[in-house]
Amino acid sequence: MSNASTPVLSQTFLAGLWKENPVFRLLLGMCPTLAVTAAVKPALTMGCCVIFVLLCSNIVVSLMRDLLKPHLRILMFTLTIATFVTIADLLLKAFVPDMSAALGPYVPLIIVNCTIICRAEACASKNGLVVSVVDALGMGLGFTLTLCVLAGVRELLSTGKLFEVAVMPESFIPWAAMSMPVGAFITLGLLLGLVNIINKKMA
Amino acid sequence: MSKIKFFMQQSWLLILCAFCFGLLLAAAQAGLGPRILRNEQMKLNAMMTSLVSDANSFELDPNMAGLEIPGKKGKPLSTDVYQAIDAEGTTTGFAFIATGPGFADKIKIVIAVDKTFTTFFGFKVLASNETPGFGDKIKDDFFGQQFHGAPVARLEMVKVGDDTVIDAQIVAISGATVSSEAVLGIFNTFARNVRDQLIAKGFINNE
Repeated sequence: MSNASTPVLSQTFLAGLWKENPVFRLLLGMCPTLAVTAAVKPALTMGCCVIFVLLCSNIVVSLMRDLLKPHLRILMFTLTIATFVTIADLLLKAFVPDMSAALGPYVPLIIVNCTIICRAEACASKNGLVVSVVDALGMGLGFTLTLCVLAGVRELLSTGKLFEVAVMPESFIPWAAMSMPVGAFITLGLLLGLVNIINKKMA
Repeated sequence: MSKIKFFMQQSWLLILCAFCFGLLLAAAQAGLGPRILRNEQMKLNAMMTSLVSDANSFELDPNMAGLEIPGKKGKPLSTDVYQAIDAEGTTTGFAFIATGPGFADKIKIVIAVDKTFTTFFGFKVLASNETPGFGDKIKDDFFGQQFHGAPVARLEMVKVGDDTVIDAQIVAISGATVSSEAVLGIFNTFARNVRDQLIAKGFINNE
């Protein structure tokens, strides 16, 4: 790869946070985005799991990118991702069993999270180790921050709490619908609209 | 021979990766497995304690371990029955793990009964992947309290009724009939079978 085509690392990292944010810009990983954002703690746990899996799978895919047969690459990506998701699931069960129970089937479902397979295909299979690691960290962090913002809004409005600590005045009336699926769709829609407005103004 | 060579040329990386990832998973399971089991045992103890409030400890008699329960499709199920022991060393009840198919996946619950095995103390959900907001309401007090004091008999599900009346009729969760039925199915599959085996083994009187 020539120096001219080598992406600047900071740009690669920052792209995941805003310009190519997996949730707000690419609309990937919608299942956990909607399902585990009723509170910040499970959202943060899910985000950390995705960072772990994304980082490990990008490293492995990047290391074996020259050996990949085109028609077997998706199979190889899936095998790699499934392995690290299983390890993440075991780690959660061992060290944070309450969070593991709270996240339920959504941890194994990281296997089908499009963000991870997308980064394996679009970045790790075409770039070196350093770029793949930076891309994984940027995308993972962008995904985690998005989940936390969404979960923060929902937890605050549905319970008046953040990280299970009461932050709203006693007169605040909890908006129960925000903890339900309808709350996830409304919050995501409003935040997507807000991000689009900001992007138009920045353009 | 050329076919085998072609196959190996195409798939050697896949075979190698599958082998390496398998080893990695085996190592992770070996390293974390004991801790996961310990966590599960602690969770089970906490749930049994919350169900049998006057219990000081729970003991697993070897004669009550691995009791075989006939499953619906002829496949035998198995359960361990724990004795709830109070501070004076007397048995105050029994608790056992029971599993059955739910709406999305297997439901695993712990059921507690009194020392005569005539009424339920209740149940707690150990593991389930029921639909959030619907099927997972089997964990809610509204549903669980109907079992507290219910007789150890065949439980029936009703869609409409008074959920404050404690009897063998359990009011289903609105929007989660399949999950409610699944829990009742687990009770009906396990409870009387366990009772009959404990009577046969002399742990409770047949009165």
